[in-house]
Amino acid sequence: MKSSAGLHFKTYLLISLMVIFGPLGNVLLGKGMKHIGAVSIGTPAEALNFLSSVIASGTIWLGILALIIFFVANILVLSWADYSYVQPASSVAYGMSALLGHFLLREVVTPTRWMGVLIICLGVLVVGHTPPRTTEPKYTEPGYTEPR
Amino acid sequence: MIVVIFYFLIICAGTGGELCVSRAMKAVGEVKDFRPAALVGVIVRALRVSWMWAGLGLMATAFFSLLAVLSRQNVSLVVPVTALSYGAGALGGKFFLGEKVTPRRWAGVLLVCIGVAVAFVGRR
Repeated sequence: MKSSAGLHFKTYLLISLMVIFGPLGNVLLGKGMKHIGAVSIGTPAEALNFLSSVIASGTIWLGILALIIFFVANILVLSWADYSYVQPASSVAYGMSALLGHFLLREVVTPTRWMGVLIICLGVLVVGHTPPRTTEPKYTEPGYTEPR
Repeated sequence: MIVVIFYFLIICAGTGGELCVSRAMKAVGEVKDFRPAALVGVIVRALRVSWMWAGLGLMATAFFSLLAVLSRQNVSLVVPVTALSYGAGALGGKFFLGEKVTPRRWAGVLLVCIGVAVAFVGRR
């Protein structure tokens, strides 16, 4: 038995964190990058100018913080759950992105796009009814030794 | 054209990076202790696995490509298009990580991809 209530609970909990902080990070990055304007990185000077603009933006730093939380939740859940489960299951984030884009960035989200988001959520529902883990709990990487 | 290249990098480097990170985390083992100090220990152990560094490099490439695209297009368009990586992710899970991708899981992935295509058609 590879699936259990505990396994499901912590999987859903961490995927929920991913669904909240991933889109939030993207929206904050989008807001920050819109403020900076269209990027041209044809020369090293332009690339440096782009990087300094990114570093100076507080909104982008908040976005990066949200994405760090997303990333930590992501790597933790991947320590036990299948990637082919976590990746589609966390795509509820696309609906969250559309919502945040609509309400925070005042972007126009067409009915067709909402329909697309609904279909994505249906796909997530289907994936959610498969076991989160189908591999053995751990396999050994060449060159990796367990500490202690 | 440049936007298409950035989208390609977001999808391929992003998925490849996540697959590498997933492999690294499977090597570290299942996390059962969620106290902050234990979590720091997990991250340190993960950083000792070479797959993690490969994954971080690929994900960084995808991240800067994402920044470049976000400066040109709406986030409500960019984010759904990047979901095209779901097909690649399921294939990578099956062949790179040895996961059992059941027909039901494939059906879910297919629905996600269709949803992405519909969302893309619905762009302004």
